Amino acid sequence: MKRKAIAVSAISAAFTALLAVPLASQAADKVRIGFASTLSGPSAALGVDIRDAFQLAVKMNGGKLGGLPAEVLIGDDQFKPEVGRQLAEKYVKLDKVHFLTGYVFSNIMLAAVPVAFENKTIYVSPNAAPSPLAGKQCNPYFFVASWPNDAYHEAAGQHATNKGYKSVYMMAPNYQAGKDSLAGFKRFYKGDVSNEVYTKLGQLDYSAELAQVRASKAEAMYIFLPGGMGINFIKQFVAAGLSREMQLITPGFSSDQDVIRPVGDALLGTFDTAHWALDLDNPANKKFVAAFEKEYKRLPSLFAAQGYDTALLIDAAVRDVKGKVEDVEAVRKALRAAKFESVRGPFKFNKNQYPIQNYYLRVVAKDSQGRLVNKTMGTVFKDHGDAYVQECQMK
Amino acid sequence: MSWILIVEQLLNGLQFGLMLFLLAAGLTLVFGIMDMINLAHGSLYMLGAFLAAWFVQLTGSFIAGVLLAIPATAALGMLLELTLLRKLYARDHLSQVLATFALILILNEAVRLVWGSDASLPLPMALSGPVELLPGLFYPAYRLLIIGVGLAVAVFLYLLILKTRIGMLVRAGASNREMALAMGVNIPGLFTIVFGIGAALCAVAGALLAPLFAVQVGMGENILILAFVVVVIGGIGSIRGALVGSLVVGIVDTIGRAFLPIAFGAFLPPQFASAAGPAIASVAIYLLMAIVLFFRPQGLFPARG
Repeated sequence: MKRKAIAVSAISAAFTALLAVPLASQAADKVRIGFASTLSGPSAALGVDIRDAFQLAVKMNGGKLGGLPAEVLIGDDQFKPEVGRQLAEKYVKLDKVHFLTGYVFSNIMLAAVPVAFENKTIYVSPNAAPSPLAGKQCNPYFFVASWPNDAYHEAAGQHATNKGYKSVYMMAPNYQAGKDSLAGFKRFYKGDVSNEVYTKLGQLDYSAELAQVRASKAEAMYIFLPGGMGINFIKQFVAAGLSREMQLITPGFSSDQDVIRPVGDALLGTFDTAHWALDLDNPANKKFVAAFEKEYKRLPSLFAAQGYDTALLIDAAVRDVKGKVEDVEAVRKALRAAKFESVRGPFKFNKNQYPIQNYYLRVVAKDSQGRLVNKTMGTVFKDHGDAYVQECQMK
Repeated sequence: MSWILIVEQLLNGLQFGLMLFLLAAGLTLVFGIMDMINLAHGSLYMLGAFLAAWFVQLTGSFIAGVLLAIPATAALGMLLELTLLRKLYARDHLSQVLATFALILILNEAVRLVWGSDASLPLPMALSGPVELLPGLFYPAYRLLIIGVGLAVAVFLYLLILKTRIGMLVRAGASNREMALAMGVNIPGLFTIVFGIGAALCAVAGALLAPLFAVQVGMGENILILAFVVVVIGGIGSIRGALVGSLVVGIVDTIGRAFLPIAFGAFLPPQFASAAGPAIASVAIYLLMAIVLFFRPQGLFPARG
């Protein structure tokens, strides 16, 4: 049985090689992209923003990416790792896509990307960028168009150091990403940690924790509470009057446009750190924000900015290889060069194919039309990479 | 650790418990009287919150919005009972679980179609800050309002169940449904009314909590689990059990989260205490449920004799 299997795979490998050689030398007639993301259920808002912005970029390009007509296959992973993986199998093996992208959540992406890696299909991440794939497990077919998982927390820690806060109260859910986030913050925060509290994942009521926060008399508070947890917490933090006693600092995604909608005025005056902001002053960003608002009648979130950049990055790489998207090695090289105008400003890839970029301090305030938005207050990090790149052996 | 902190945490526990009571009261009535497992109870809570956010936006008044959301949710609940859930009473629990789980998914997507995946309901300005209850004891004004409303609803339900004719029929139905039927009680009509009351209580909870919690699709599932724990601890079908169960769960959960990590830190090495404290605190109420089930499988106040 085993020998037979080896024979079959040898034959199929030979055929694949035969098929691949002639194709590699000529330009494809279109570029196929598999876009699998969380598009339904409670956590759908992020995936929807990424998808809308990705499609907007394709539309603004006249339905093309890098000069080739773009065929974007869209699928919903339903927030389930196994469904996410099935979609990857379908796109990579059946539809033979040239690029896979879309996943919002690390756990789903980590279940799906091995399919792409095994079949030498490039995955461009529009959001999830976990530390293991930045370090020891870095992979030639994995590109990150967003930001390394720790980066926002590191920038927030640096900001707290810059401000000279003497004590910061920290809170995160009791799971790995929560612990990583506070470790990232502490990597750049030099003051005292007043207390480090881990709460239940999915917690609704924070009254008990808030009473302890008040008693601590800390100068600032840093939270990593993604999704509904952050919305619950911030509303209750303000209702308890704590926003008058200490400064709240959050990672960018906890007070971005998609959180502003449900929380409202309670977010006013919150500081956060991110790689992008609505008002970043560069032509690419101005064009993106105006086009997004016109198309979808809402302001883009930072997730939308990531989706848009993902499309632009692919666009640049396909143009660079003159449409020869079957030549994966050439496409990789072109992606690594990242010759595109990112809406976040300067952008280049590190050795591990994670970004080196700037991180900005933002504050939630009202714009000239009275809408709540994030305003850029300054640059916290210039050309910042990640702490894991030394462990990556990739060339 | 000062006595002020302890008092504040007890108030927090009371508030959290009373909020759970609003949900558990409706759930225990439906579960106890109709013998119906309604997983979609949490969806009614979500509907209440979204309707309140919508009405507050339309009317510009917090009070008017909340007062409109309550009858609207009750009406929707009764409509649901008349058209769909009624067919499920004769089925076994598994069919009920399946059907009401489907209902959760359908209502989630329906809410998303109508209002989008989240809504905003800001705190009323007058109640947006803390008040000083005792020297040095600041407590959020809005949470005091929740305590007040929760206590008022508890008293109202007590009077309704013990002093009115409807309450008498509800008690009869809860303790022995067949006998109540044999005595000529209009059970279908009673069920619709009970379901409406349950939905109205959901709306009170959803609308009152909307300024503190995220109003988003799927918000009901999370809180439904806690409500079921309360119902099991209190005894199925018993309003008194729901009240006691809610308060016990609320206080145990709050005190656990507030003081267990500190208590562990007192006699354990810090790296162990920081890991064990939050872990034990987050399962404290389930431990409590297991202990109650072990010693009193019927719950603290069983409704059936």
